[in-house]
Amino acid sequence: MSAVTAPSRPAASPAPVGKPLPPINWKAPIGYGVTALVALVLFGLLPASGRTTTFTFATSKDFFQIEPLTVPSKSTAIVLSLIGLALAGVSLWLPRSRRKTGVWLPALFGVVVILAFLTWAVAGKAQPLPITGLLQGSLFLAIPLVFGSLAGVLCERSGIINVAIEGQLLAGAFAAAVIASLTHSAYAGLIAAPIAGALVGLILVYFSVKYLVNQIIVGVVLNVLVVGVTSYLFSTVLKVNAATWNSPPKLPTIEIPLLSQIPVIGPVLFRQTALVYVMYVVVALLQVMVFRSRWGLRLRAVGEHPKAADTVGIKVNRTRVRATMLGGAVAGLGGAFFTVAAGLAFGKEMTGGKGFIALAAMILGRWSPTGALAAALLFGFADNLQVVLGIIGTPIPSQIMLMTPYVVTIFAVAGLVGRVRAPAAEGIPYVK
Amino acid sequence: MKLELRGITKRFGSLVANDHIDLVVEPGEIHALLGENGAGKSTLMNVLYGFYEPDGGEILVDDAPVTFTGPGDAMAAGIGMVHQHFMLVPVFTVAENVALGHEPVRGAGIIDLAEARRRVREISDRFGFDLDPDALVEDLPVGAQQRVEIIKALSRDAHVLILDEPTAVLTPQETDELIEIMRQLKAAGTSIVFITHKLREVRAVADRITVIRRGAVVGSAAPTASEPELAALMVGRSVDLGVAKAPATPGEVALQVKDVTVIDVAGVRQVDDVSFDVHRGEILAVAGVQGNGQTELTEVLMGLLEPVAGSVLLDGAELVGRPVREVLRAGVGYVPEDRTADGVIADFSVAENLVLDLFDQAPYARGIAFDPAKVAASARERVVEFDVRTPSVDAFAGTLSGGNQQKVVLAREMSRPLRLLIASQPTRGLDVGSIEFVHSRVVAERDLGTPVIIVSTELDEVLALADRIVVMYRGSIVGIVPGGADRDVLGLMMAGVPLDEAQAQVATHHTTLGQADAAADTDPSEEDLT
Amino acid sequence: MSESAPLRDAAVPVPGDTGVERPPSRGQNALREMLESSWLVTVLAIVLALVISAVLIAAADAEVQAAASYFFARPMDLLTAAWTAVSQAYTALFQGAIVDPGATTLARAVRPLTETMTVSVPLIFAGLGLGIGFRAGLFNIGAQGQIIMGAVLGGYIGFTFELPVGLHLLLAVIGSALGGAIWAGIAGVLKARTGANEVIVTIMLNNIAIYLVGYLLTTSAFQRGNSNNPISPPVESSAVYPLLLGTGFRLHAGFLLALAAAVGVWWLMNRSTIGFQFRAVGSNPHAARTAGMSVEASYVWVMVIAGALAGLGGSAQVLGTEKVLTAGVAASFGFDAITVALLGRSKPLGTVFAGLLFGALRAGGYSMQARTGTPIDIVLVVQSLIVLFIAAPPLVRAVFRLPSPGAVRPGVLATKEAAA
Repeated sequence: MSAVTAPSRPAASPAPVGKPLPPINWKAPIGYGVTALVALVLFGLLPASGRTTTFTFATSKDFFQIEPLTVPSKSTAIVLSLIGLALAGVSLWLPRSRRKTGVWLPALFGVVVILAFLTWAVAGKAQPLPITGLLQGSLFLAIPLVFGSLAGVLCERSGIINVAIEGQLLAGAFAAAVIASLTHSAYAGLIAAPIAGALVGLILVYFSVKYLVNQIIVGVVLNVLVVGVTSYLFSTVLKVNAATWNSPPKLPTIEIPLLSQIPVIGPVLFRQTALVYVMYVVVALLQVMVFRSRWGLRLRAVGEHPKAADTVGIKVNRTRVRATMLGGAVAGLGGAFFTVAAGLAFGKEMTGGKGFIALAAMILGRWSPTGALAAALLFGFADNLQVVLGIIGTPIPSQIMLMTPYVVTIFAVAGLVGRVRAPAAEGIPYVK
Repeated sequence: MKLELRGITKRFGSLVANDHIDLVVEPGEIHALLGENGAGKSTLMNVLYGFYEPDGGEILVDDAPVTFTGPGDAMAAGIGMVHQHFMLVPVFTVAENVALGHEPVRGAGIIDLAEARRRVREISDRFGFDLDPDALVEDLPVGAQQRVEIIKALSRDAHVLILDEPTAVLTPQETDELIEIMRQLKAAGTSIVFITHKLREVRAVADRITVIRRGAVVGSAAPTASEPELAALMVGRSVDLGVAKAPATPGEVALQVKDVTVIDVAGVRQVDDVSFDVHRGEILAVAGVQGNGQTELTEVLMGLLEPVAGSVLLDGAELVGRPVREVLRAGVGYVPEDRTADGVIADFSVAENLVLDLFDQAPYARGIAFDPAKVAASARERVVEFDVRTPSVDAFAGTLSGGNQQKVVLAREMSRPLRLLIASQPTRGLDVGSIEFVHSRVVAERDLGTPVIIVSTELDEVLALADRIVVMYRGSIVGIVPGGADRDVLGLMMAGVPLDEAQAQVATHHTTLGQADAAADTDPSEEDLT
Repeated sequence: MSESAPLRDAAVPVPGDTGVERPPSRGQNALREMLESSWLVTVLAIVLALVISAVLIAAADAEVQAAASYFFARPMDLLTAAWTAVSQAYTALFQGAIVDPGATTLARAVRPLTETMTVSVPLIFAGLGLGIGFRAGLFNIGAQGQIIMGAVLGGYIGFTFELPVGLHLLLAVIGSALGGAIWAGIAGVLKARTGANEVIVTIMLNNIAIYLVGYLLTTSAFQRGNSNNPISPPVESSAVYPLLLGTGFRLHAGFLLALAAAVGVWWLMNRSTIGFQFRAVGSNPHAARTAGMSVEASYVWVMVIAGALAGLGGSAQVLGTEKVLTAGVAASFGFDAITVALLGRSKPLGTVFAGLLFGALRAGGYSMQARTGTPIDIVLVVQSLIVLFIAAPPLVRAVFRLPSPGAVRPGVLATKEAAA
């Protein structure tokens, strides 16, 4: 959906050069600067000195063992915050010299500030901060968000707003649990989940395309419907005979030889379940297909200017139906995370709003698969950080940590993180 | 390729848009389809293009009946169409737009962009189009976008090319180039269906003219037919092509626009240092090709857009920085360029639409209490005065025809004492009867002593109404000329050529249409109606 | 407003039926009028939803499953078992929602109806607010967060201060309205100032509110003194809505306030210049702006009023039904209110009836769960199906083989001609 309704007009020809240039957007540099200053004061200057922070980088299974790193908390946080300030300075200088700001700057800035925060948060604690474990858990928690946001990308690129990601995840989780339990095969669950998700997608697109019902409404209502149906069946069937219906086997962890032995990233990326490897493939495949393939060009044309697509013989509504069902399938596959990948039985409303965070990740990721991946990982990180810090013990209440992704998303859609442009025909039914 | 339509009928609900239409397009001919707005030309072409399915009749290609279930079938049969509103994806490149629907691919469905670019260049070079295949379409001027549309059709081997109102967005010189392209295509054996309501153009290029009115073919004519004859055939009665208006008697300066500059979010200067005055009792027309800053200029005048620099003084009072409401209250009447988007609210009643900018004032409101009865009573008077054809004042504005919607807007804006009237594209999409009505009301307002600004991309309208003409190009004023200036001079100015240079060029070379004009003036043509 | 205008995008020309009220046409007989009416569609949508849910109830019933295993031997057994399961469940639902004929006293017999009315109060409040938003072109998904924040502020005033009887309630109610208004106002201001999509922002604000109330209930200002549980002290009796039918019933004065709010909203939207502006902005923001209305101010005020109404819904919970603040104070009223507003077609009267209907489903659902063991989750299925069908009248008409309303209006053609 259009996160920001930018008043865009068909641009006229560029202005003659040599005249005063348009004003520079100061929002980003100011945002960076203020954040870095706050970090400097909160994490660096205010805390007492003399404490140390310890990071560990390896798990016991690793082939290469890296020594834990212990640093003085205060000075490290100060140095990191100053680097952040320097980056804010760079962000000021780049647009002035009319250079494009790449993704590296916000990414690097984020890493620096988060490290400063971590240095402060676990300062003086006996337990070290396990970086590998933190990243591993982040990737794990990001799985449903990645699949969910990819589903959003697929649907919205075709012009259908998918608010029903939550319902698709839940349907996938349910189907995966039930089928995996019945067949005693976790992999059978991985097949059932996308089918359930696609079904929810089909209802969404059917009402949108055939009856022109507002897509946000269908999405909202479908979420309620899926909660109702799965909860009802859970109470009447799954709970009554859990051994048969709701004891899904867990997906086994597959270690990729050699790759999984790379320090730090090896265990994070290559000691995972099949679902994660599928995720890598899906992200890469969609990134290429959406932007480089014939299918992707047509998909985007339908989402941007459906009538133009129609006039060159592309079936607009058929494209939308297929894209939305495919999107639903992708989200449904992500739903398998909650049951067969996590090794849990199905529970009522167990997706707990992850579908909405996935929607946010899609917007932050600017409707691109890799962007959605990055945003989902960021949210997964925030989610897992709260768990890890909860164990180590920190000054921050867990509820405040849990809020972070939502607050970040609000800032993002309010254009403070940079403007985003949604597909032009999004949410508008196509009528000849 | 020979194309024939037999008894094509297309209904929308109870409305018959096309009523048993017969049309034959011979190979290699330029066939003009002439009719006023709303006559059913575009519907017919959308049927032919497979976009709408006809309710009756058949389409024959080379004497064999065909059925089109979608534009894809029509394209496969060799029919290409350049739509009035371009069917281009703004965020795609030229090559991507041209390739869309029949993309060259390498293995695994990945688009072969090199091949797509080559296709664009090949056709582009053949007609001397000078288009960059990698340019984003949204960055191109409208003239170039139209060429992308033509390349799109030709790259699909179109043997019949439908051009729907292709000159609406072009300057006379660009129109000239288009006519040249049409002749080249014809020489190469391509048939062309040329849809228009402009008499001058048909006479200049068409081999044959079919006139349709109210959804039915009312006759055909040879290009030698005179303009009044064609006009009478098109409208169904004899029409006066000019606007009856006395010479202006301008009073003192009422509106002063000084050094107004607008820069949009993308950093483009949409309006660049624009200054002009408007006098009481004069019509000042702002001419220019669509998208050269006129829209932004009127929005600045109305307070809808904040300029980065400049001032707008109405009777000495500054308007810049004041909200729209205050500008309206200051006595500015505004007819926006896109009436369905900005002028009326489709699912509000006619009565409610008539008080859109007065609803919170006496007698329609007391405090915050709103009085629907008063609104309805006043609406009944307005509807009679402005000849709005509506079943009742409670009917939704969206159910009215374009002409009647525009009358609602005029009735609203002209029913209060005005110190300035701004009308943007006041007759776009209207039928001839409505156009005459709108023009006469505008002139009447001028004669009351109100300063009037007309913004129009239609040179005919500019020439018919204007006492003075401001020509805009890329946000700047190219020049200010008196009303009744030479069409070709204005056309060159609309392309950015300064006044004196334009006059010099025109002295040596008139456009095809300009020549046709001159011929028509000297030689009241021999009639050849059939 | 038309039959289902808020369900559709105003910018899109919709051909034919549903979207548009037809100009009066002659010679249509009364039966046809009735068959085409939107009220009939509403009723049939409810019937259809109940039928589909009945299939689900039957399918999940153990005895039905048992009978299904020997279906080919004795098919009637399956039908009988299904009928028994469904009729028992729906009877229990009805008795729990409207009237219990088996009750010993009159008070007990009508008690279900008063429960329905009690449950409907937050739904009506929040639904009224959402309805204003839908008509003003804002998709406010945030009633849940607004109810929570209303309950937080109203509850805080209610259990923290000791004030005179009338005044305390008044302040607490105002506090609730303010809490909801501020929370919704954030989305309104962001929409007006930056164009941030209100759907996303309100969804995010819902989640933030859930965590915020969770956090507040761990702080000393909100947590009950002698408790480690996330629960507030009870609201002072001076800040509680008076009971309408005595202590035997939970029905409180919040219900009357909700009815008064419905009348107020009707006047605001139909008889005030503010409502005129809201509706204009909702139907066509560009035309509204061109006519000198402030679209931005309208967005902010619509959200503030909608939030205040949802906040009042929170007051009904914290000052009426629950009398204490917990993290679950809003239950799922905020989400249910979306369906209430949609079913009520964003009109005040419709919203009141829709609120009562969904209140009845919820109140009856509890009793059904207790009596027949049919989980209350089925109510969610019924609710969502009703709204889905309401949103697609042609589907309902097709299912029941009803004639579709008259021909395409000429306006659509005009749009097409212009677009073509």
